[in-house]
Amino acid sequence: MSAATLTAPEAGSSTVSEVRNWKTPVMLAVLAVAALLVFAIGAPSNNVTFRLTAESDPIVLPAIVVSAPVTGWICAVVLLAAAAWSFLRVRAGRPVPGWLLAVFAVFFVAGFLTWVVGSARTPNLALYGLLAGSVTLAVPLIFGSLSGVLCERSGVINIAIEGQLLFGAFAAAIAGSLSGSAFVGLLAAVIAGVMVSAVLAVFSIKYIVNQVIVGVVLNVLVSGLTGFLFSTVMSADSATWNSPPRLAPISIPVLSDIPVIGPILFEQSIVGYLMYIAVAVIYVGLYHTKWGLRTRAVGEHPKAADTVGVKVNRTRFTNVLLAGAVAGLGGAFFTLVLVSSFGRDMTAGQGYIALAALIFGRWNPLGAFFAALLFGFATNLQSVLSFLGTPVPNQFLAMLPYVVTIFAVAGLVGKSRAPASNGIPYIKG
Amino acid sequence: MSNEQKHERQLSRSAAHGDEVRLEAAAELGDGTQAPPAVPAGAQSGELRPELRESQTVLQKIMTGNALVAVLAVIMSLFLGGLLIAFTDERVANSASYFFARPSDMLGAAWTAASDAYLALFQGSVFNWEGESFSRMVYPLTQTLTVATPLICAGLGVALAFRAGLFNIGAQGQIIIGATLAAWVGFSWHLPVGLHLLLVIIAGIIGGALWAGIVGLLKAKTGAHEVILTIMLNYVALNLVLYLLTTPAFQRPGSSNPISPQLDETARYPLLFGEGFRLHWGFIVAILATVLVWWLLNRSTIGFELRAVGANPTAARTAGISVTKGYVTVMVIAGALAGLAGVAQVAGTEGVLTSGVAASFGFDAITVALLGRSTPWGTFAAGLLFGAFRAGGVTMQTATGTSIDIVLVVQSLIVLFIAAPPLVRSVFRLPEPGALRGRRNRKPATAGGAA
Repeated sequence: MSAATLTAPEAGSSTVSEVRNWKTPVMLAVLAVAALLVFAIGAPSNNVTFRLTAESDPIVLPAIVVSAPVTGWICAVVLLAAAAWSFLRVRAGRPVPGWLLAVFAVFFVAGFLTWVVGSARTPNLALYGLLAGSVTLAVPLIFGSLSGVLCERSGVINIAIEGQLLFGAFAAAIAGSLSGSAFVGLLAAVIAGVMVSAVLAVFSIKYIVNQVIVGVVLNVLVSGLTGFLFSTVMSADSATWNSPPRLAPISIPVLSDIPVIGPILFEQSIVGYLMYIAVAVIYVGLYHTKWGLRTRAVGEHPKAADTVGVKVNRTRFTNVLLAGAVAGLGGAFFTLVLVSSFGRDMTAGQGYIALAALIFGRWNPLGAFFAALLFGFATNLQSVLSFLGTPVPNQFLAMLPYVVTIFAVAGLVGKSRAPASNGIPYIKG
Repeated sequence: MSNEQKHERQLSRSAAHGDEVRLEAAAELGDGTQAPPAVPAGAQSGELRPELRESQTVLQKIMTGNALVAVLAVIMSLFLGGLLIAFTDERVANSASYFFARPSDMLGAAWTAASDAYLALFQGSVFNWEGESFSRMVYPLTQTLTVATPLICAGLGVALAFRAGLFNIGAQGQIIIGATLAAWVGFSWHLPVGLHLLLVIIAGIIGGALWAGIVGLLKAKTGAHEVILTIMLNYVALNLVLYLLTTPAFQRPGSSNPISPQLDETARYPLLFGEGFRLHWGFIVAILATVLVWWLLNRSTIGFELRAVGANPTAARTAGISVTKGYVTVMVIAGALAGLAGVAQVAGTEGVLTSGVAASFGFDAITVALLGRSTPWGTFAAGLLFGAFRAGGVTMQTATGTSIDIVLVVQSLIVLFIAAPPLVRSVFRLPEPGALRGRRNRKPATAGGAA
């Protein structure tokens, strides 16, 4: 039996990697051919304008004007070349390098943007607004996926991100309204996230209930609970219960005037700045501290960690609670920054998207950060483009982030591997 | 016990990974607890269990297996839900201000608030004693069955995937696509009675099976995580149907709303008890589907292979079972079942296709399957229970003003408590017959590498 279990992961991964070797080139080829047909052959004949700064900005950069067919053809050729090269690499038995995927992604997005904006009624896109809006939409996703990283790196599957976000948003709204202080709201959101996490931890670590089950059920529970209290308490007297103060953006002088990246990095609300801090702290903590090493050990091989004296279940418990605190902050973003009132089920599945971002980002805080940004970008692109009036039906643009994810997890992620003991409870002995 | 079952047990004993094993281990915990108060903890031992299990029929399992824990879990959940109702009730809040002067006032008000809500729930889901005629009195029960129909079908799909170790969150999307195809056949083709309904059902099955088949295929070929794939495909399906409902092929002529034409009469499920009731033949189909899934899981080779894959993919592969084929097969069947739920909606209850055709049945189906412990008849029973909550919740909301969201709270608490029998036992101070044995049982499933 021990032999069977020892060889299990190896047998599994070897077959998977054999399959994976070819799936990336195939996926790239499919996308490249699609790009050729749509961006190049189907390109509109006009010029496309990308504005980098608003006219009221302190520093005004000239707009970029490109010809849609020329850009389309360039992108398609580069994409086809990249796909062909990845085929050759795999044929030679070598992996497709990560930078190639990055180049592919950049040219694909450039080609797509040129094509879709070129076909719009007004072929003129405010790139700065698109990027800034993407970051705003990505903030809760980033907090959510960081929560997932903390949990899953220690070996507890966190499907309850959605519930943590929603309960955080709810608590922030109530506490913020009652106290009149956004900071009290922020604190309440953290506590609420920890509460959801505590239930997850108790049930999955103490009572060894299947972690996916607890997560799914917690999401339903929080949805029902907040929905119930929303319709009974909050809507009855929304002035008292549901009008939290907003956290205004704080712009850092000079730095926030830098074109394009200034508003993204230096003109955020406190929650936005906290997001950048959280990404950095969790990344450094996970890979460069004692705590991080223990967390990863517990998630990969709890028995080994236990043998050297790490308290497996206690580490998991702390990590899950910490994850709740992080997700709670993300929830507060909804009610204290984005809109200033709570609405029924207002997180609208963002927790699940955060989960996808986490897997897409290979259980790495930085990876999750960029994956979440991608989702924010795709979501914001949809609203910006529907405003421009593109020929593509709005519903298809709305599908975009989800289709991208499917392509990503199926073909481009590469060797995405969950922590080995993810979802497996640890029973000493 | 057949050889097959023995083999399967060995497989699951040696399992190191796979959620289903843990589920089963948890389920077995409950198996031994048929009458914990009557049987002293020491009198039960692990060795007794196989014989016990052998003599149990499926029906007995449902009736006795986890019965006590299940009943107590429901009571606990209803109690907590009642507290929530009471705390948010205005009369309770008013009487709370003079609680120390006359505590009975507040307690009375709290009791009235909670019991009124639950009585209305019962009245709206099982039996209405205020009805004028017998048919009015049992009308709520038929409503429950109507709501339960899609829940059961989709729940079976989720349960089946669960047994193969796949977490199918995509019932929502599968219902939508199944319903879309079924509705399209229903309103754009005009065929004779019988044939038309048959084709509608087949179209729904194909729609759901295709949508879930994509997941199975991608999972098998690329190793993509099925949770992500199903979640994403839910959104894609929703947007797809939203788009289709703006196209001339699907949109009702002369309407600017995203709603399809009415399905032909020949494409609709006949009503079971005539015009007075909404219950349709879809419910009979749901019962047949349950029987089919039971047969598939417990009596067929496919089912055996699926369970083997779910219990331990590596062992299954070693035993010569194609795991990739298993994933595709189970997702296709699961999707077909969810598609049936879509058919029940468009050809039965609703009669038209809207973007809200799946309501939240796809997500409720997950809790239904979890509550039913992924067994066919357990899922059936759980579907009935949740159908009752849903049907009764509507009445409750109109009669007492209690928000229907309380139903979600109670439902999720039930699943949570049932999944953790030790918690329920400790709350009710029950002896823990499974404690020792449960540990031993669980070990191979969860810490198998230790041996």
